[in-house]
Amino acid sequence: MTALLSVTGATKRFRGLLAVDSVLLDVQPGEIFAVIGPNGAGKTTLFNMIAGIYRPDAGEISFAGSRIDGLSPDQVCRRGIGRTFQIVRPFPALTVEENVMAGAFLHRKERSAALQRAHEVLWQLDLFEKRDQLASSLTLPDRKRLEVARALATDPKLLLLDEVMAGLRPTETDRMVEIFRKLNRETGLTILLIEHVMRAVMALAQRVLVLHHGAVIAQGVPADVVRDPAVIHSYLGAEAAV
Amino acid sequence: MIAALFEGVLRHGLALLVVLFAALLAAPYIVNSYLLAILIIILYYAYVGQAWNIMMGFAGQLSLGHALYVGLGAYTAAALFVKFGLSPWIGMLAAIPVAMTAGAIIGFLAFRFRVGGVYFAILTIAFAEFARVGFDHFTWVGGSSGFFLPVANYTTSDLWTLRGRPVMFYYLILTMVVIAFVLCRILLRSRIGTFWLAIREDEEAARAIGIDTFRYKMYAVVLSAGMTSLAGVFFAFYYNNLFPEQVFNIARSIELILAPIIGGIGTLFGPILGAFLLTGLSETMHAILQGLGVDVPGAKQVFYGLCLLFVVMALPDGVWPWVARKLGLGGRKP
Repeated sequence: MTALLSVTGATKRFRGLLAVDSVLLDVQPGEIFAVIGPNGAGKTTLFNMIAGIYRPDAGEISFAGSRIDGLSPDQVCRRGIGRTFQIVRPFPALTVEENVMAGAFLHRKERSAALQRAHEVLWQLDLFEKRDQLASSLTLPDRKRLEVARALATDPKLLLLDEVMAGLRPTETDRMVEIFRKLNRETGLTILLIEHVMRAVMALAQRVLVLHHGAVIAQGVPADVVRDPAVIHSYLGAEAAV
Repeated sequence: MIAALFEGVLRHGLALLVVLFAALLAAPYIVNSYLLAILIIILYYAYVGQAWNIMMGFAGQLSLGHALYVGLGAYTAAALFVKFGLSPWIGMLAAIPVAMTAGAIIGFLAFRFRVGGVYFAILTIAFAEFARVGFDHFTWVGGSSGFFLPVANYTTSDLWTLRGRPVMFYYLILTMVVIAFVLCRILLRSRIGTFWLAIREDEEAARAIGIDTFRYKMYAVVLSAGMTSLAGVFFAFYYNNLFPEQVFNIARSIELILAPIIGGIGTLFGPILGAFLLTGLSETMHAILQGLGVDVPGAKQVFYGLCLLFVVMALPDGVWPWVARKLGLGGRKP
């Protein structure tokens, strides 16, 4: 099976600081793939290279068989990659429904079609009841789900989640995990998540990649990765070695 | 199509709209010539305010140089009429592309090189100033000594050459306001309008959902410029004289954005309500002062300043959202 997303030797420097050092990764269609690592490991930089914010200094990024490195963020999205922001950025003065419609209009010309798609996504994300509220009036967990809804409305083949669980209480995290599982199971959506919350990573990811100082130090199924001595040493610490 | 236009409009809102429209239609038969002249000014500001609002209220791009597009439209149509005897209707067809080109150049320079926010606003001022200085030396259309259209005391109205009585101009500007209003409502509910709002709210997030922000910002500037140029054509044929110092003056640019700011940026009724409030109140004050025999120079400017101050402090979203809530029209957007 050919990978949906493949990152080959992607490298990014910021004035001498090597943020991401020739990272190799393949995300298969339909899988949930997590990138973890301590703060400053280069996770967000890697994410931004895929999303089109940064152009890699070296290496290639391919999606669905064609190169996407160097494309602008909007072009990347139109190719079929949706993303969320680590610090949520809903459109504050628009309603929940309008926020999601802005995404749904990407591949739809008619208002009625966009509205229908928006409602579908709002049901999936448990936001339908709140569709007439202003985005600025939502609680953080709702805003996080709104962000996912808006990205999903653009019909992505791959969804990039940038620390979407950060700041959520465990019950909210479990709710989010359940939503992503369901989306993955029912629509075959491929998900690449960058995550700090191990509870979510263990529950969601089929494969995990660990970054440290910009380089890959481990890769594999979650259960193996968390037992890897290098990972425990650099990231998880003694408490996770349970 | 027609039904879709009224979709989501509350019944009593629609009733109010019909009453307002009927009143405006009947106005020339009710009011005297002085009030009619004021109504024309109100509708003029409502129209340009609506055009400016597309850029600022919808797409979030602050232009402080809209006098440029008014002036370009005015001079283009006036020159074609005076020099070549061409009808202002043909003049409009020429004014629109001229203003759109100017808008496209400013938009391209700003958005291509990521000039945003305050710096974008300064760029729009700069271009209006270039035009002011340029037209001062453009002797073919009179330079700084002004450009004049032939005037006579008309008893009949010729719609083709726009020579005639104020009533004709009243219905012309009323038509323009209605068309602009309907157009804005259609745009706001369409794909392009939704993308504009997204860009206004958060440009980076808009890009992340696939919106080509450069392209949609260009559409907003070009459309706004084209619409504004029609106000210029109206201005030229209504006032019959054009002076670069007045037409392109930054004070004009500021004046024409006050109505949407007072009324409510980004709302459909804001520019109209704002124009009525500002011009209506300032004329009332003028009349009162005159009645008292007091002549205070600059009273209008002070009044505008106080209005802005009040709105910014008491109703930062503008007067319309507040009125809409009071009328039970749902509030945020018409």
